[in-house]
Amino acid sequence: MDLTTTYLGMDLKNPIVPSASPLSEKIDNIKKMEDHGAAAVVLYSLFEEEIEHEEMELHYHTTRGSDIYPEALSYYPEHEEYLTGPDLYLEHIRKAKEAVDIPIIGSLNGITKGGWLKYAKEMEEAGADALELNIYFLATDPEKNAREIEDNYIEILEEVKRNIEIPVAVKLSPFFSSIAEMAHRLDMGGADGLVLFNRFYQPDIDLDRLEVVPNVLLSTPMDMRLPLRWIGILHDQVKSDLAATSGIHNAEDALKMIMAGANVTQMASALLKYGISRIKSVLVDMEHWMEINEYESIRQMHGSMSHKAVGNPGDFERANYIKMLQSYTMEGIV
Amino acid sequence: MSTKKHTGQIATIDGNEAAAYVAHKINEVCAIYPITPSSPMGELADEWSTRGRKNIWGAKPLVIEMQSEGGASGAVHGSLQRGALTTTFTASQGLMLMLPNMFKIAGELTSTVFHVAARQVSTHALTIFAEHSDVMTARTTGFGLMPSGSIQEVMDNALIAQAASLEARVPFVHFFDGFRSSHEIQKIEVIPDEVMAAMIDDDLVKAHRERAMDPDNPVLRGTAQNPDHYFQARETVNPYYLATPGIVQKYMDKFAELTGRQYHLFDYVGHPEAERVITLMGSGSEAVHETVEYLADKGEKVGLLKVRLYRPFSAEHFNEALPKTVKSIAALDRTKEPGAAGEPLYQDTVTAVAESVMAGNGWSGAMPNVIGGRYGLSSKEFTPAMIKGVFDEMKKEQPKNHFTVGIHDDVTETNLDWDEEFSTESEKVHRGLFYGLGSDGTVSANKNSIKIIGEETDNYVQGYFVYDSKKAGAQTVSHLRFSPEPVRSTYLIKQANFVGCHQWTFLDQYDILKSAQPGATFLVNSQFGPDEVWDELPKKVQEQIIEKNLDFYVIDAYKIAKDIGLGTRINTIMQTCFFALSDILPQDEAIQKIKDFIKKTYGKKGEKIVEMNFNAVDQAIENMHKVEVPAEVTSDRGMPATVAEEAPDFVKNVEAKIMANKGDEIPVSAFPAGGTFPTGTAKWEKRNIALEIPVLDPDVCIQCNKCSIVCPHATIRPKVFPESALENAPETFKAMKVRGRGFPDDYMYALQVAPEDCTGCGLCVEVCPAKNKEQTGRKAINMEPQPPIREQEAENWEFFLTLPEYDRRELKTQTVKESQYLEPLFEFSGACAGCGETPYVKLASQMFGDRMIVANATGCSSIFGGNLPTTPWTKNKKGRGPTWSNSLFEDNAEFGFGFRIAIDKQREFATELVEKLKNDIGTELADAILNADQSDEAGIADQRERVAELKEKLDSMEETVDVRNLRETADTLVKKSVWIMGGDGWAYDIGYGGLDHVLASGRDVNVLVLDTEVYSNTGGQMSKATPRGAVTKFAAAGKPSAKKDLGKMAMSYENVYVARIAIGAKDAQTVKALLEAESYDGPSLIIAYSPCIEHGYDLAKGSEQQELAVDSGYWPLYRFDPRLKEQGKNLLQLDSKAPKIPLKDYAYRETRYKILKKVDPERAEMLMEQAQEDVNKQWESYERMAADFNGEAK
Repeated sequence: MDLTTTYLGMDLKNPIVPSASPLSEKIDNIKKMEDHGAAAVVLYSLFEEEIEHEEMELHYHTTRGSDIYPEALSYYPEHEEYLTGPDLYLEHIRKAKEAVDIPIIGSLNGITKGGWLKYAKEMEEAGADALELNIYFLATDPEKNAREIEDNYIEILEEVKRNIEIPVAVKLSPFFSSIAEMAHRLDMGGADGLVLFNRFYQPDIDLDRLEVVPNVLLSTPMDMRLPLRWIGILHDQVKSDLAATSGIHNAEDALKMIMAGANVTQMASALLKYGISRIKSVLVDMEHWMEINEYESIRQMHGSMSHKAVGNPGDFERANYIKMLQSYTMEGIV
Repeated sequence: MSTKKHTGQIATIDGNEAAAYVAHKINEVCAIYPITPSSPMGELADEWSTRGRKNIWGAKPLVIEMQSEGGASGAVHGSLQRGALTTTFTASQGLMLMLPNMFKIAGELTSTVFHVAARQVSTHALTIFAEHSDVMTARTTGFGLMPSGSIQEVMDNALIAQAASLEARVPFVHFFDGFRSSHEIQKIEVIPDEVMAAMIDDDLVKAHRERAMDPDNPVLRGTAQNPDHYFQARETVNPYYLATPGIVQKYMDKFAELTGRQYHLFDYVGHPEAERVITLMGSGSEAVHETVEYLADKGEKVGLLKVRLYRPFSAEHFNEALPKTVKSIAALDRTKEPGAAGEPLYQDTVTAVAESVMAGNGWSGAMPNVIGGRYGLSSKEFTPAMIKGVFDEMKKEQPKNHFTVGIHDDVTETNLDWDEEFSTESEKVHRGLFYGLGSDGTVSANKNSIKIIGEETDNYVQGYFVYDSKKAGAQTVSHLRFSPEPVRSTYLIKQANFVGCHQWTFLDQYDILKSAQPGATFLVNSQFGPDEVWDELPKKVQEQIIEKNLDFYVIDAYKIAKDIGLGTRINTIMQTCFFALSDILPQDEAIQKIKDFIKKTYGKKGEKIVEMNFNAVDQAIENMHKVEVPAEVTSDRGMPATVAEEAPDFVKNVEAKIMANKGDEIPVSAFPAGGTFPTGTAKWEKRNIALEIPVLDPDVCIQCNKCSIVCPHATIRPKVFPESALENAPETFKAMKVRGRGFPDDYMYALQVAPEDCTGCGLCVEVCPAKNKEQTGRKAINMEPQPPIREQEAENWEFFLTLPEYDRRELKTQTVKESQYLEPLFEFSGACAGCGETPYVKLASQMFGDRMIVANATGCSSIFGGNLPTTPWTKNKKGRGPTWSNSLFEDNAEFGFGFRIAIDKQREFATELVEKLKNDIGTELADAILNADQSDEAGIADQRERVAELKEKLDSMEETVDVRNLRETADTLVKKSVWIMGGDGWAYDIGYGGLDHVLASGRDVNVLVLDTEVYSNTGGQMSKATPRGAVTKFAAAGKPSAKKDLGKMAMSYENVYVARIAIGAKDAQTVKALLEAESYDGPSLIIAYSPCIEHGYDLAKGSEQQELAVDSGYWPLYRFDPRLKEQGKNLLQLDSKAPKIPLKDYAYRETRYKILKKVDPERAEMLMEQAQEDVNKQWESYERMAADFNGEAK
């Protein structure tokens, strides 16, 4: 069975790629991912804010209280160097590259055109095979118009592309008025791949403490519908490769995504929930399904059920939505 | 003049670094223990070894922290016996603890050098500043004593002493003045390694090693001897001591050949035919040097004899060095030896001169007159004016002997007069004075400025910094000198040509421009712009600007810093302004140098910080404005009184002057002899350091009083009182109906903040559980800007204090809520904002303060508890309150134990007398007194009444010895609560032996360990309380071993009450533990989790962090009560649950742990895993004990 695919110009042995998650913070886990069949690994994200915050925090707390009180003019030993900024992350890339043979994709998360973009270059130098650019911008300012925000995405991408040779994928959110246009602009801007979609941090409220609390929910299979549709729609409209993420928990989910047009399918929640060995069982199930259904290769099915490929393109569109609603209502009445 | 052969690199460093640099280069082992002001030497040595810096033989010296200086000296002794080149660094009490070993080391003719930052030894008070009382105490040990006066000398003598010691086999104390030299920064030439190698004779090193104890060549040392032979054996060392001065001079000469810097055992400076000569040692000799050159230039026949080798004292060299024209010698000592015929150098001088005359090696005329005097105790200023005062005195026919200089002694009239106006400051010297807040970064900026100027220009530089003893809102004053000629001015700047006032509020508090010389530049950081600032100045400042014709500049540095994201750190901005105004470097070059330094200083911690500081530099230049000074004064605002008019006289006459930086003006007569001071003085020092203070929303408040119990400074307090008491309440005073059972219906509740005493830490708001239902971001108390409400809330606070206290006997003090209605008798300390120690101290003062006697180990708690000018321990309206004392660091348990045994003895005596006089007193009263139950507030109050009645009875009785004795001891019949407090450095390390003994004694003492898990007061050095994996000084790579379980050790005695508490995690358990501990008639040990700034997180979150410490199982809460044995219950009761979060979820919120991930991530991971294992094991062990410990240890 030929499970190979290509993604960001890389030949991959199969389409299962663990997406950015805390699992990849440990080299042992990355090894396990490879052992269980992962075709590549997207490392956990290096956050622009985290870098700045950590630097500021380190500086603040190691100098706080200094030169105030004569008996204690400092509170910490002075070290010759600190692994601040992306140092630890870059070191992690190097170690991951030494530990495994599969491609390592760095993940950079930020929103400004600031100095953090140079970390892309440093990731490349550290050995990353590709870069996933996660532009996570929550537009809360009513004065800021949509075009301005969209332009910012493009400019960040172009800036990164100008500086590095390795392929770049952009992980984007589904919250654009025109996702297709945005995808097209990113495509034109040089994105080698688009990763659909980013899962925003969505806060919760703790009723006992009356506090807004961080609450990261793992994805469920239901979450795959959104990327499934847009991969289907975009498959034939952009040159960029497409990666599906969110809600891919089993082989069937992965197969659907590939048929819609995904080059690879990324998994995180399922691995966190069921363990890294889930990769292997998905691959086994995938092969099994392909055998039963007489598919020879992943390439054969890639995009086979995309927007254009399906007999009725409206299935991905609004008309189908009305149909679905109607069927639901009728079911309800019955 | 010798030919200079080796040129060293230029460095701008302080004395501690200069000494440590050499010591680290020419030793193999450093055994140390932190003590101010010598701690940085050990810390630097440790850092260098951690980074792999090698000594001149290519080996990395081993730096080891011991549990005390006694331990350090023992380790040094042992290491020397094994032939390793070994050193230590210490000061003051530390040197005292080393004395026994020093006798041994010297007696055994062992080569070593101890580097000492000379500091006062505690007498009526502790002081951390320069004196020679420590090193002079070491005179009898047999160690050589070698003083240094300048930073260059510190480095040079550190080497010369070591070289000489190896040959002479006499060990040396190399000393320099604490702070004045240990912390003064100067530009010096670093001794190159090849010079050190040339100075240290390899054959002598070999000989030292060959003297090592070695089983292959066994010897016996440390014998015991008897009267018939000890004396003779003791005299065998004489030839070594006789040879030592010559050997030292030989190495001084060799050093001169190598470096061009020539020293002599006694160096003479001044007129070749001087008639009046001052002799002294240490940093003071630099100021005398400057003065003598100035006076000699004017033709005065004056001179200076610098002592460079004080022990062994060579009278021969001393006499030789003096000009034969001398008629009068003044020997100045920086120490006081009460009762002696004179201070040490005076006595040596008299002896040297007299012996010379007696031996016929005399003088051209009569024997010179020798007078002696004391100067500079506790770093008291020693200025050219004072020095000239000494020279002037020497002109007199009958000069005053045994004088003092620098103070006004109106009691025994010892002091000499001096002319304050006399100055030797050269016009070539640029003198800058900078007034800042500790937290604004002024000192660190100035340290950088000195380095820039020292290392980038040909100027000589000097930087000296004056700090406050307060840990929050503290003022710093930086004294910077730059000059084309060497700077010898070891005194504060009195005539500045640049004055920077980095805090606008200082203009109303201090006479900032007093030291501005005419035509000087004055820069102020102000929220007022160039057009409006003039009218906002106090009248006196306006007058001074006009009279002195000052160039006046203004900048709103806080605004710039805030906009850039630097918060309150205005250091870079003000530094840039200084360079722009001072013309020391061309502006462009200065800016570039500042930026280079920013990169160098902050670069390793990240680019963002560098970027922000670069921005600050650029913004500073753009936003600094010259102010057009009008010809007329427009302000009528006077300087407010330092303390309120109604303050006691002592506060007004003494403490207020110290607060206003006028302490030098206070005469001797103003002070109590013996160091006994009134309590309750902190309330008069209104520091107004909080930018924001908590403001109550009575509609939301649930009256839980959690804000009050966590408040480190007792500045937010609840009170319950009758409604009628509100009659004269200010309009804005907030009161509400009291909630909860037990209080009369017409009683009210108020929660009031002391706005001028609050530090604005925010802990109270963080713990407040009551949220506004309409706006959940707001609580029952919310932080709001202080200035607009200061006046109103100050009035409310004053009114609040007049409200009656609720009757202690009626309160359920075992509850958190009602414990807070007890009046705090520890308030407004100088502890850090958010301090984790003070809430426990305050709570104890609330519960037991009116009968409390406190022994306080030296450390943070003794400084915030007892550092003048004002102190926080106070008394209630009846005049009762804690009585407090600090003995030492190492002896606190024994000190408090002494309180206990004295009270026990006095009470026993009183009891016997009551029994004896029973018939006269009345059986009923006597029995009531003897059988009183004093286990609660009511019982104690009743006993006080009985004792008062007893005293009345005694007054009416015939006066006999028994009656008199009973009257004098009767008060001991009322319960006294003995508290022994201190930090973990004391309890786990230096004082552990004593603590263990006291706990084992079975006596009724209450030990409160304020466990910050480091030596907080001296800057965060590792103690045995430090947890595994935390980065501290001396554990730069993360502490490799687990925290010592002090509680478990104490439990092994079975008759010790032990509790482990964390007030922020479970305040109710804390209250309970304190009550139980105090009520237990035996030793109690309470180990209190105390957040500290060294932990590296926002201390406003201290309570949350304590919850995590408990939830992770790192800090299990328990009470171990021996009384439960009688009830057949487990002695150990766990008050917290099994760990429910991983240790890292608690630990990695703190920089002390996180930093290791930034330095050595793999080691961080390894230590964290081990630390988690520690936690697991600890919990299993406690759980097992709690289950099985049924009065019998398993």
